[in-house]
Order: sequence, then C-alpha cells, then structure tokens
Amino acid sequence: MKVTNEVVGYVADLANLELTAEERQRMVRDLNSILDYIDRLNELDTTNVPPMAQTILQTADATREDVLGPCLAHDAALENAPQSDGSFFKVPKVIEK
Amino acid sequence: MDISTLTIASTRAAIAERQITATRVVEDFYRKIKAEDAEIHAWLTLCEERALARARRIDDLAAEEGPLPPLAGVPIGIKDVMVTKGVRTTAGSKILGTFIPPYDCTAVARLEAAGAIVLGKLNCDEFAMGSSNENSAYGPVRNPRDKSRVPGGSSGGSAAAVAAGMAVATLGSDTGGSIRQPASFCGVVGLMPTYGRVSRYGLIAFASSLDHIGPLTRTVRDAAVVLRVIAGRDPMDSTSADVPVPDYETELAKPVQGLRLGVPKEYFGDGLDPEVRAAVEAAIARVGAQGAEIVPISLPHTPYAVPAYYVIATAEASANLARYDGVRYGYRSPQARTLAEMYRRSRDEGFGAEVKRRIMLGTYALSAGYYDAYYLKAQKVRTLLARDFETAFQQVDAILTPTTPTAAFKIGEKTDDPLAMYLADIYTVTGDLVGVPGVSVPCGMTASGLPIGLQVMGRHFDEGTVLRVAQAVEQR
Repeated sequence: MKVTNEVVGYVADLANLELTAEERQRMVRDLNSILDYIDRLNELDTTNVPPMAQTILQTADATREDVLGPCLAHDAALENAPQSDGSFFKVPKVIEK
Repeated sequence: MDISTLTIASTRAAIAERQITATRVVEDFYRKIKAEDAEIHAWLTLCEERALARARRIDDLAAEEGPLPPLAGVPIGIKDVMVTKGVRTTAGSKILGTFIPPYDCTAVARLEAAGAIVLGKLNCDEFAMGSSNENSAYGPVRNPRDKSRVPGGSSGGSAAAVAAGMAVATLGSDTGGSIRQPASFCGVVGLMPTYGRVSRYGLIAFASSLDHIGPLTRTVRDAAVVLRVIAGRDPMDSTSADVPVPDYETELAKPVQGLRLGVPKEYFGDGLDPEVRAAVEAAIARVGAQGAEIVPISLPHTPYAVPAYYVIATAEASANLARYDGVRYGYRSPQARTLAEMYRRSRDEGFGAEVKRRIMLGTYALSAGYYDAYYLKAQKVRTLLARDFETAFQQVDAILTPTTPTAAFKIGEKTDDPLAMYLADIYTVTGDLVGVPGVSVPCGMTASGLPIGLQVMGRHFDEGTVLRVAQAVEQR
C-alpha cells in the first residue's frame, strides 16, 4: 500500500487541507485505489519520449510591450473580500511581535 | 410559438420579422424555466433584469428595422464556471457561494455583443470535476429524458437546459469530456473546439492545458454559429490561438463524399454497451452511404489515456485551486484563529469530497520524489497519444467513435466508486490530452429511449470538417 496515513497527512499539509479523521481514512483508501490503476502507465516504455506539457501549436508571441493598461479598480478588487478595512484584505495576524 | 424547437436562425428571424419580440421570447423562456426546472435543477442563478434589459435593446434595434446582430434575441445559459460580471458565479462550489465577479468571461462577452441574451447560470459538477453533475454542492441535475438518471457532467446543467428546451444554446466547458459526454447522455449536440480556438479568459481554471469552452445546442448548425462568434485570438488569454476563424456554416454546405473517416478499433472493444455499439455502427454506415470512405485505424495508446489524464488534470488542478484560501474572495472559515488555520479550514470546509480527492492526488503526483514517476511519466504518455493521432490523420480526415461506453446511468449508481466514474470518460479524454476538436452528435436511442451519441474528432483547427461530418450523421 503506497499511501499510508502519514503520507496522507504530509500531502494534506502541502495542499493546505485540514482533513477530518474520517476524510483521512477515506483518502487512504481512495488514493491507493486510484494510484494502483494509474500504475499501468509503467507498462509503457517512454525512454527518449519527450514530455508534452501543452498542445499549443500556433499562437502569436505570448509577450507584449510592458506598458500599463486598464486594470481592475481597487474597489472592485475588494468587493468580494471576506474581511477588509477598505484598503486592504484583512486576515488573522501573520507575524507575532 | 413553441419555444422548445427554436434554433438560433429561427429565433433571430422571428424577431427580425416582428412575429415576436425579444422581450416576449425571454419572458416565455423564464416561464418555462420556473415551471419545469424544479424537477431538473439545471439552473443555479437567473439574471432576469440583465436579460430583459438586453431584450429591450434588441427590440429597439428591430423596431428601427436595421440589420440585427447574428445572435439577436437568442436566449442562452452559461455554465457556472464562466464568470459573469455582477451575476453570482459559484463553479458549483460552496467556496464561491456568494462570489460576484467583477468582469465577464470573453466567450460570454462575445455572445452578448452578438445579441445573445444570458438567462442565467447553469449547474455543474464542482469546479468542473465530475462526469454526472452529482458533485455539485447545490444538488444534482436530472436528465430531462429520464429524471432518475444523470445528465452527465460536468456540464450537466448546460446539456439538460438545451434538451429540455429551457435555452436555445448554452456554453459548457470540457477538460476530460465535460461537454461531449453530457451532450451524448441528454441527446443534444456538444462541441469541444481545438485547444486555443476559444479564449479561456474568465473560465474558472481546472486544468489549464486541458480546459476548453464550447457550445451545446440542438443542431450542428447552431454549434457552428456559436463557435464562429466565440472563437478567435484574445489578448487576455496568451494560449488563445492566432488562427483565422473560418465561416463554419459554409463548411457545413460541403458534402462528405470523398472524406476518409477512421474507425479506431480500441474504441469498440470490451466495455462498450451493445446498444451503443449498434447505434454508432449504423450511423457510421449511413455516413459511408453518403460517399465517405470508412477506414479501420488503430490508436494503440488509448488504454493509457484515462490514467494519464487523471495525473495531469489533477496535478494542474492542485495548482489552480491553491488560490481558494479565504483571503481575497470566497468562503472563509469562521473558526480560524491563525492564518494557517484560515487556509486549511476554509479549504476543507468549502471544497467538496471529489475536489479534495483530486487536489490530494495532484499534489502527491507533483511532490518531491514522485514528480518523475507520475507527472513526467504522464506527460510522456501524452506525447505517445499525440503521435497516435498524428499518424491517424495522415490516413484519414476525421475519426468516428462512440462518445460514451453506455447511455446515461442512474443517479447514485457510480458515486461510491470514484474509479468507476472516471472510466465513463474513456472515449473523450484523449481529445483533451491531444487538443483536437471533438463533437458529440445524437445518433440513436436505446430501447428504453435513452439518447446515444457519436463522436467526431478532427485535426487541430479543422472544426469545419468535424461539423460537416456531424451534420451528415444528424441528417438521417
């Protein structure tokens, strides 16, 4: 069994998920089942095969001139904030004095 | 006027000829939605003020007797993974339950500029992750053809709305089959264009190298019309292709005679329901009878597409969903005392089970020590799949397959086994991995009246041929 309770804990930390005990248990079972299936990729010999990260074939040059254009207004950007002081997004204290 | 048979052309014509007003069309559609959607649950949000305001503008244009824009007065629905300015957009998730976007998705803006009228936002699997619309945090959508069954997913609402006559056309998104599979299950046309054909700006990202926006419609012609309006380079999406957009409707006029159409044996093996096989094979024979040459081909790496997809898509998703942290928008856990707790609890409380499962799988596949074994390996398999298609397209102009191995399954049938659900995508994921266009077109029904879809895939940027062949299937 590849994925143990410890591995689930470690990955959940990386993914910033506070999993409940019941979720962890199910995750061990589900991830192992899925990874067992994914293992069949190893049946293929991929030596000297280049990886393909995207399928884009023809696009214009993706860069543009570094010139300021219209952007999201400050008020609009704050509109969906769970907590704000009107200037910034407010979150629990980050740095302890 | 029976609104459930309206097409884009007939809607626009009726308004242009003053047989009906755009306002009346919109009112009729809302009446139908309010009468029937309680049983189907395709819609999450209706935007009546916005719709009626736009309808009034179309009516003013019609009164002036000037030319009307191409989609004038056409009522459409938008899958809730595409942002609409000022109109709640949830991605089918509680984590965005009260999110009001400050901008419009480019594809939506282009449809509105062409005169289309957005009626509201459509239910979908959470963050587009699912094949049955059972992963929506707002409840499942039911298949209008049989309400005990799923409409497919993740664009279940988009397919159901068109099938039930609650919109003339809808937009969906497709990452592993999410436009084509629900189109097949609901008996409508669903088109996934070439990757980069349509801008992804404003599409809430699931997997950035696999996501596509596309139309669901009642006819192939309508899909062609919508594609022409939404396709084309967008400076806001650097992956959108700088390739000219042809007039897809003129492509439809060309006969299929002389085209070489490939039938890959790997899509007709075990696991394919016999009724689906019979309907698809009969449809292929009908197209052959119209003068196309049917050529047996092989796409040998097909059995490796689903596992490759579930590594690549989940890895990309784990990165794209990292932004939901309770800071700038979306759900913030009320119980968080520290910043770390805020991130962890907001995400665990706001995301559903399938989303968390995929984030975990993707994070694992990218983590130190596993990146080469999983992510890199899957990307190499992706190359092998792309080569299969390149080879095939040297012999044939399009590829014909079933869209799904079965017709629509029952609600609840596959929810206990995530893997069983993933295998429903077996014929559609290859198109996403390789970036080729694919359309599902209805080609028959099971004995119990469930729709069956045939899929046509084509070369990159050759939606013209894909739609032309689909129309040949449609004309029985």
